[in-house]
Amino acid sequence: MSNIPAELKYAASHEWIKVEADGTLTIGITDHAQGALGDLVFVEVPKVGRKLAANEACAVVESVKAASDVYAPVAGEVSAVNDALAGAPELLNSDPYNAGWMWKLKPANPADVEALLDAAGYAKVLENA
Amino acid sequence: MPFIPHTETDVAEMLTAIGAPNFDSLFDEIPTELRCGPLAHVPARLTEMEVARLMHGRAHQDRHGLSFIGAGAYEHHIPAAVWEITTRGEFYSAYTPYQAEASQGTLQLLYEFQSMMTALTGMDVSNASMYDGASALAESVLMAERSHAAGKRRVIVPRTLHPLYRKVLFALIDAQCIEIVELPHDASGRTDLAALQAIEAGSFTSLVIPQPNFFGAFEDVDALTDIARDKGAMVIAVVNPVSLALLKPPGEWGATGADIVCGDGQPLGAPLSSGGPYFGFLTARQEFVRQMPGRIVGRTVDLDGKPGFTLTLQAREQHIRRSKATSNICTNQGLLVTAATIHMSLLGAEGLARVASASMRNTGELATLLCEIPGVTRVFDAPGFHEVAIRLPKPVGEVLAALAATEAVAILGGFDLSADYPELGDALLVCATETKTHADLRHFRDALAAVLI
Repeated sequence: MSNIPAELKYAASHEWIKVEADGTLTIGITDHAQGALGDLVFVEVPKVGRKLAANEACAVVESVKAASDVYAPVAGEVSAVNDALAGAPELLNSDPYNAGWMWKLKPANPADVEALLDAAGYAKVLENA
Repeated sequence: MPFIPHTETDVAEMLTAIGAPNFDSLFDEIPTELRCGPLAHVPARLTEMEVARLMHGRAHQDRHGLSFIGAGAYEHHIPAAVWEITTRGEFYSAYTPYQAEASQGTLQLLYEFQSMMTALTGMDVSNASMYDGASALAESVLMAERSHAAGKRRVIVPRTLHPLYRKVLFALIDAQCIEIVELPHDASGRTDLAALQAIEAGSFTSLVIPQPNFFGAFEDVDALTDIARDKGAMVIAVVNPVSLALLKPPGEWGATGADIVCGDGQPLGAPLSSGGPYFGFLTARQEFVRQMPGRIVGRTVDLDGKPGFTLTLQAREQHIRRSKATSNICTNQGLLVTAATIHMSLLGAEGLARVASASMRNTGELATLLCEIPGVTRVFDAPGFHEVAIRLPKPVGEVLAALAATEAVAILGGFDLSADYPELGDALLVCATETKTHADLRHFRDALAAVLI
């Protein structure tokens, strides 16, 4: 069973979302997602300042013979990216919820976060998959 | 009979499943006026014997003369061994093979090709080749847009770039909403540095720098690179690979070097043949390798630790990334690359440098000889490689026709610049590679003098 921290929000497309004190969202991929992808060799994050629509494909995670898109859970503007991933994509495998964060988003509408899944909701998504 | 696996019943069932009344209705969304209709202008089929006879007849209409035409494709001596080895069954393939790793010899050759191209261009990584030089440039511009931290969807292109490259570039990037801004040249035939200086910093993604440029002239690549860099743009070099045997590699241009280098590989072992097939090359700095189009061969070790070759970074490619691949229009020219790799191996670095020097020297001598004729002058005074633009006292088209009709040894006298550069007047671009002797050069001068006087 994969790790699903209770304090985070989730998207059915396997992103986790942490609401920071200033309202910024930190986004990464879940433990389940990294496990399914296997050893990651490359991570492409969106450019800082890019405006994203909800569900827009904006990042790519690449394992040895597959590449998958990562989606913006809500609309907003990219405010920071995790530069450490360029040299150490394996952080997504080893520490998906902390050192493996991908990008930070200033949400266009902070209330959009309410519509995302909670830990129990995401666990159900995994059960039904 | 073509191999079509679907029977009429299969087709009918598929049409029923999607609710289409018949096959032609699948094309209803294409307006009638855009359809070509029946191919009435294509004649009825001919047998192989008839086609051979027709083509031999047409080939005889060509007069085999001395060619002084360059303009993007160049006549060089190709050692006989090059195509003898290239056409061996083990190598004779147009592409990288399917089940690539089963063909270790082909992969090793491509790996050697990539190593040679990175050495020539001063870059870190190379792909296994592109369709041709012009499409390699378009791919380079798209690659820069993907790589630049703040892609502006605008590229600066000098007017001294090959006119056909500019057309192909427009065709491939205009629909992607990337704007092309043209830079003028100065009276010396080089790109106007002041015009580049005048462009707002941060307003464009990349600058294209041709070296040598279409007129054969050497651009001030150091200054161009530094100005582009100061303005926050990436630098794309378009180079003649033979010239790199003598010139500073793009990786050393200016304070930082270029970011992406591309060009046409034809001068490396491909004969002139009505425009192709040739091949393109594309090399870049390591940091941009994930955005590179095309195939890349890497060296690795197998389970037993023995060295081997493999296709690498395939997640960029269309068989994995589908519509999000770095390119869906690039192609690898395996056979031409095989010839180029063998050609470069046989010539070596010194041989390639001698080809470049001899071509440069011959063109300089040709320009001097032609300018002995009253009314013939050089259009530009910038030093250059193995091409030079000269101005004639008569319309270029007439002169070329008369030269081609020269008795005994016909002369293909060069590329008429008047259509692409009307502002230059009656200007002709001439080229003399190492294949031309002193007697050939004098023959050209005498024939031109006879036509003009």
